[in-house]
Amino acid sequence: MSTQRPETETETESAETDAEAAEGTPKERRLDEKRRRAEERERKRVEEAERVAADAERYHLKVFRYDPEVAGKQEPRFDDFHVPYETGMTVLDALIYARDEFDASLTFRHSCRQAICGSDALFINGRQRLGCQTQLSDLDQPVRIEPLPHQEVVKDLVVDMEHFYDQMESVEPYFQTTDRPDGELEEQRQSRENREKIKTSTRCIWCGACMSSCNIAAGDNEYLGPAAINKAYRFAMDEREGEEMKQRRLEIVEEEHGVWRCQTQFSCTEVCPKDIPLTEHIQELKREAVKSNLKFW
Amino acid sequence: MYEYDVIVVGAGGAGLRAAIAAQEAGADVAMVTKLHPVRSHTGAAEGGINAALREGDDWELHAYDTMKGADYLADAPAAEALTQESPEEVIQLEHWGMAFSRDDDGRVSQRPFGGLSFPRTTYAGAETGHHLLHTLYEQVVKRGIDVFDEWYVLNLAVSDEERPEDRTCHGVVAYETATGNVEAFTARDGVILATGGLGQVYDHTTNAVANTGDGVAMAYRAGVPAEDMEMIQFHPTTLPSTGVLISEGVRGEGGILYNDEGERFMFEHGYAKNDGELASRDVVSRAELTEVNEGRGIEDEYVHLDMRHLGEERILDRLENILHLAEDFEGVDGLEEPMPVKPGQHYAMGGIETDEFGRTCVDGLYAVGECACASVHGSNRLGGNALPELIVFGKRAGRHAGGEDLGDPRIPVGRTGEVEPGDVETPVELGEPWGAAAVADGGAAAEAAEAVVERTLERERERIDRLLERDEGTQHADIRAAVQRTMTENVNVFREESALKEALVDIHAARQRYRDVYVADPSSTYNTDLIQTIETRNLLDIAEMITVGALAREEFRGAHWRKQYQERRDDEWLKHTMVSWSDGSPELWYKPVVLEGEAGAYEPKERSY
Repeated sequence: MSTQRPETETETESAETDAEAAEGTPKERRLDEKRRRAEERERKRVEEAERVAADAERYHLKVFRYDPEVAGKQEPRFDDFHVPYETGMTVLDALIYARDEFDASLTFRHSCRQAICGSDALFINGRQRLGCQTQLSDLDQPVRIEPLPHQEVVKDLVVDMEHFYDQMESVEPYFQTTDRPDGELEEQRQSRENREKIKTSTRCIWCGACMSSCNIAAGDNEYLGPAAINKAYRFAMDEREGEEMKQRRLEIVEEEHGVWRCQTQFSCTEVCPKDIPLTEHIQELKREAVKSNLKFW
Repeated sequence: MYEYDVIVVGAGGAGLRAAIAAQEAGADVAMVTKLHPVRSHTGAAEGGINAALREGDDWELHAYDTMKGADYLADAPAAEALTQESPEEVIQLEHWGMAFSRDDDGRVSQRPFGGLSFPRTTYAGAETGHHLLHTLYEQVVKRGIDVFDEWYVLNLAVSDEERPEDRTCHGVVAYETATGNVEAFTARDGVILATGGLGQVYDHTTNAVANTGDGVAMAYRAGVPAEDMEMIQFHPTTLPSTGVLISEGVRGEGGILYNDEGERFMFEHGYAKNDGELASRDVVSRAELTEVNEGRGIEDEYVHLDMRHLGEERILDRLENILHLAEDFEGVDGLEEPMPVKPGQHYAMGGIETDEFGRTCVDGLYAVGECACASVHGSNRLGGNALPELIVFGKRAGRHAGGEDLGDPRIPVGRTGEVEPGDVETPVELGEPWGAAAVADGGAAAEAAEAVVERTLERERERIDRLLERDEGTQHADIRAAVQRTMTENVNVFREESALKEALVDIHAARQRYRDVYVADPSSTYNTDLIQTIETRNLLDIAEMITVGALAREEFRGAHWRKQYQERRDDEWLKHTMVSWSDGSPELWYKPVVLEGEAGAYEPKERSY
């Protein structure tokens, strides 16, 4: 995997930090001592890991590690963990086991454990997947676990999601309608067919897997990307917003770094953990844009 | 130092709704959340939102069902606020674009749910919470409300007066996960806690890993009483291996429960002769475990939930998400086979004591959603009543904090109304040992708001430094696992005195070990080890409050079953269990239930389904 890892920058920074710490305050000296002992524990842990590696009942994980602040982790590397296997165990379960039993500093996002919070999208054996939704038994060993490609790594498996959130928020991701019913307690009508049409698009959990899998997004930082375009689709196709608003939404996705950048490679659709037909949605917006005679590049 | 009129802590359904309401009331609002808003656990809610929207239904029927479901431990003014305001709130969500399931005429669909006398559960497939969370977040984006995501609130900045009722909350102190910075947030008008559930105190739970009861624990240590903490809801249909929730919507649509002998036990063994699978959650949970305990469980652990007869079309239309969950987390195809289910911890019906506007006894401190106890759910929450609680009380607290006059509350808070001291015999000393100082120790002279915030900031910085500098000891994961184990074994659906006492001994031992807790990760970049260590301390307080309350309540009411006491005892126990922080240990007291509402008085009756 050749993605942007902030290696060189952090090395310089950390060298300065170390120099300061050596002659720093008592607190810094204590922290320094702590780091030294942490390294010692780390050495013991590796020895222990090697000892249990022969155990066939254990799953072998190779986990990406990086921390800009901790000596020994500033240079990205892979750590080996050997986790005892139980039927039904997911990649997330294995990571939690490794963290709680072997190395408390192993860092990854996770919360709901049921594929709805979208926080544990990872690069597992070369593909974007949710850790909680991926059974270990479906994977070849060793299981290689890395942060999402094409995103800046904050630490270990945690990536910076800011750019993804910015793209999501750039498409005016909120309902806008002028056609409000008269009565306070009257809802707008929506046909079952129309709800069915937008149904899959509303399932997005903002995990970022699609964006990370997209070659175009990797090369063009301004490309809206599949998730944001899908969000636009969700509203553009909702009949409750009305025709005028639909035109406005098409204008947004039609801008230079919008739908026309998509080269129909289907990688976003392949990795989406919620089975959203992202590529189809992008193509449909292209067709709509042509139909409505808007300018395009 | 950040400064706002209103600070909302937590960005799930209740927090988002509160932030929108506070901003609409004219306040400058910020949200501080330990996750990103769309990661909040509201997204995992499946079934739906109860609201009396249709002809033949009205809020009074909904209020009656709610009070009955609660086994009369709910306060009528809160239950009535919920049922009166949920219709407009549900329609408001629709106006904000929420993708509800639809009837043929284009109106929002409703379906039957347990314990309801009318099919009033409005829903969006079996992923209602996901749609609600995203719809509300969209409105927050639209309004440009400031969101500090992945900032973990460490403590409340509360003044130091002797009596909690005299104290004021001036803000919060939070830790920025990405950088390790500890900063203060001053709230000129109010802090709204919307921190959600506490299910991580159990090891078999539907709750997210983030649901560690932080808000309840912080408010408790700041002097705010916790109410009815023993009232923990167990959901009857969770997947056995993970605790993943299988919505009550499955039973609402006609799903059937079978034991190992293929019997439809809800009817055949007489647990609920009228409503069967649609009896309320406490009844179904006990029925399932009784089947297992009497040897009719499958693999001695669970029962089957069958929805095959509903047909593929209906399942795909209304319960599609359930198929994915059963497949991904249990390897079962719900179209071809029944799904394995068993009860799991699901919801905290108790929480931070508030009135019907979300206010606590500490001036400027509000609580809404699952972390709060207004109290609408009493001893058993009806399915579909959690989501309206989030939006109704979120809105009310937001408006009040934002400066709107909502009139006088009818639910008293703090030790100002009619109270009764409580006592309970425990096998160990409660609370202590702690080591660290309390949040508000009382006795200090009145301080300026700025001084209160500064003092809290200093204390929290010191606490973080102490935790980070410590070099060896016990890891939080061991302590957390011990607490989760004992709670699941001893403070579960069925409760016995000896087991409850054993749990207290275990919690006491866990406290002892927590004195030696240390954070192995020295990094200030995304140090989840540190955050989980702090969360674990909150879990210790929460576990103790739940267990003490359960031991003290010598009756059988709603979800609270006690082996020696197999009857509801209204003469003595029609009252809320209150727990207050008293120099580090929980002090018990009681306050009466408010049964008088606008629709008259809700007379306790026998609950039959």
